[in-house]
Amino acid sequence: MAQSDKPRWQELEIGCIVTDPGSTRYYKTGDWASMVPVTDPERCARCGLCWVFCPDMARIRDQRTGAFDVNEFYCKGCGICARECPTNAITMQEVTD
Amino acid sequence: MTRRVGMEVSFALSEAVKNCNVDVISAYPITPQTHIVEELSQMVADGDLDAEFIMVESEHSAMAACCGASAAGARTFTSTASQGLQLMSEIVFIASNMRLPIVMAVANRSLSAPLSIWGDHSDVMANRDSGWIMFFVESGQSVHDHVYIAYRVAEDSRVLLPTMVNLDGFQLTHVIEPVELIEKADLGDFLPPYDPQIQLNPLKPVTMGPAGTPAMFTEAKKAQEVVTWNSRAIIDEVWEDFGKRFGRHYKAVETFHTDDAETIIVSMGGLSGTARAAVDKMRKEGKKVGLVRIRLFRPFPAEDLRRILSPAKVIAVCDRAISYGGPGGPLCSEIKSAFFGYSGAPYIANFIIGLAGRNVWVTDFEHIADRAQQLVLQEEPAPYEIIGLRE
Amino acid sequence: MDINVYAARMLPQAEYFAPGHRACLGCGHGISLRLIMKAMGPRTIVSNATGCVEITSSTYPQTSWRVPWIHVAFETAASVASGIEAAIKALQRKGRYPEKERVTILAVAGDGGTADIGMQGLSGALERGHDFVYVCMDNEAYMNTGIQRSSSTPYGAWSTTSPFGAKSIGQKTWKKNMPAICAAHGIPYVATVTPAYPFDMVDKLRKAKEVEGPAYVHVFSPCPTGWRLDPSMTVQIARLAVQTGAFPLYEIVDGKIRVTEKPKKLLPLIEYMRPQRRYAHLTEEDVKKIQKRVRSEYRKLLKREKEGY
Repeated sequence: MAQSDKPRWQELEIGCIVTDPGSTRYYKTGDWASMVPVTDPERCARCGLCWVFCPDMARIRDQRTGAFDVNEFYCKGCGICARECPTNAITMQEVTD
Repeated sequence: MTRRVGMEVSFALSEAVKNCNVDVISAYPITPQTHIVEELSQMVADGDLDAEFIMVESEHSAMAACCGASAAGARTFTSTASQGLQLMSEIVFIASNMRLPIVMAVANRSLSAPLSIWGDHSDVMANRDSGWIMFFVESGQSVHDHVYIAYRVAEDSRVLLPTMVNLDGFQLTHVIEPVELIEKADLGDFLPPYDPQIQLNPLKPVTMGPAGTPAMFTEAKKAQEVVTWNSRAIIDEVWEDFGKRFGRHYKAVETFHTDDAETIIVSMGGLSGTARAAVDKMRKEGKKVGLVRIRLFRPFPAEDLRRILSPAKVIAVCDRAISYGGPGGPLCSEIKSAFFGYSGAPYIANFIIGLAGRNVWVTDFEHIADRAQQLVLQEEPAPYEIIGLRE
Repeated sequence: MDINVYAARMLPQAEYFAPGHRACLGCGHGISLRLIMKAMGPRTIVSNATGCVEITSSTYPQTSWRVPWIHVAFETAASVASGIEAAIKALQRKGRYPEKERVTILAVAGDGGTADIGMQGLSGALERGHDFVYVCMDNEAYMNTGIQRSSSTPYGAWSTTSPFGAKSIGQKTWKKNMPAICAAHGIPYVATVTPAYPFDMVDKLRKAKEVEGPAYVHVFSPCPTGWRLDPSMTVQIARLAVQTGAFPLYEIVDGKIRVTEKPKKLLPLIEYMRPQRRYAHLTEEDVKKIQKRVRSEYRKLLKREKEGY
């Protein structure tokens, strides 16, 4: 259960501790992106480098094809994956909406 | 069975810490606390105390290590004075807001400059706002007893606040007094093992000490205030239990000859002994003088003080610290605040005594009582007077 | 193309550092912390100093940490870690700690919290020989408070408190050698790592974790925001730092150095500096002078290794 960011004083945990490990996962850092990586699954070598180098754990693997793709909920659009991809399978494109 | 021993008060303190079976001690030596930590070092070295003694490289690290240790669920002890307390001050405020039940013995000593190793209350007064529970003790016996009381109060799940036991540097730490030592076996279940409510433990991960936001900081401070005030009820409970088991009954405000007193001297800490002797003497001379010793400074016993002091004509508050450019002695300004807005307040006179170990004699307290009686006649509030100042 | 990195599946999949943290785009810490936590595993307690890592991962009411974590103050990563280590030692000995197995204590601090304000605490903890891993997240300035210089800021680099101007080249002093300072304490393990070499990094962190006693790992963690760098260049710039000799990768095991990455020929330093606008004001002369020093320092490491100490 996510703790409220505007709690009543009685609702605070002792010492203001945060009890839900990894609760930043509820925060959509994907809203920050002005560019997103688009992966060509044909060129993807399934090496996993984009996954290794993503600071925001925004790379997911298609279980069927094995190719990697973006997790738009977290991707901030930094472009590291596009630059590091050894087969140039990833291109950064502007977010249009 | 209890033993009555003549011993240096520092050692009486260490004995109690040993009997509390602390898990981690993290301390840096500073006069006049050195005997406390040296004795504890020896106890650990001899195997009499099963604890980790972290020989930190500064007081700041001492308190930080205590925070880490307490957060991991250990019963933690440290001790410091003066400059050391100021150096660790940053972390002192953090410890209380993180609700870590650390017990610290402060051998009250004056703050530089000029450098002084001698006792007064300026170090603890500079940390009044830190959110710690603060006891002031005035005898070897009460020093020994309050270590157990401090742990019991601090670690209570309804409290979980770090606690300071303040004892005057040199005037208490280095004197030899008769102390009835409580043996570990006699403690019984007065002090159960520490059962942490929040703990750093891989089986149940938590994040301690997150960054706050303007949206919730006010609520955090309110929660802190509430728990600080609520601790008074538990402190009284613990004192009562202690009294039942060991026969020594402590109160937040101790009174001596106050029932019909027209002049009441208010003191805190080790000089209370001399004050008591002075009041004894003045009573024999037929003077209606009484003494109030404040044992609990935080949370401040305002209600008790109003009740006890209101009947008197004048109270003479003795401070062992000055707040420059302010309303005088810190203790006096707190007592004045306690009375503000209440009718029937006595005349409050402020005296500064015993700065940096300056001797305070029975005659000084007699002089204070006389001066207080003169001041009340003039009715106008007067600025504080420094006892023994050479002008 | 770096064939060494084709084995991504050899890294543990579990993430002990969660997404949704507020680090900048392309933050080196994001990559570094993931790798560090993969090496450390779930039975870790983290003592974190104030800084970018702490603020972006733990603003109430959320936390990125899936392991127990504590933050006390800026200069206290090592001293708090000392307290935790001692407490667990005592509590496990007395049979009062819920976790019975060995717990890894990890202290995390930035270059400010390590080389400057946290130096005393670190030195004390290393001297006392606590069993813990200390990781310095070096982004070469006090980034969290707005890119102010630290003693880890390299010579000639721009920062807000060492700006370049008519009377200043930028940072006037050379980068403090923290790995050497820590090694001088006689601790069993010291290493330098960077996320551009992820397997080397995880390997060294595992070694640091296994060793009994203090281990110091210095992480070169690029900051696109503070270095005025394209955020997609984080990994590439770290790679260039190693390949130009600006940040050599080595480990010191019981006082003996082993240089773990030896480029056949060091690339010209300008390749590393050009993409970073914090160096844009330097003249060719300046770059030459810095390169001379970088290469001489690198040669010293190789010489030490050759001579066996």
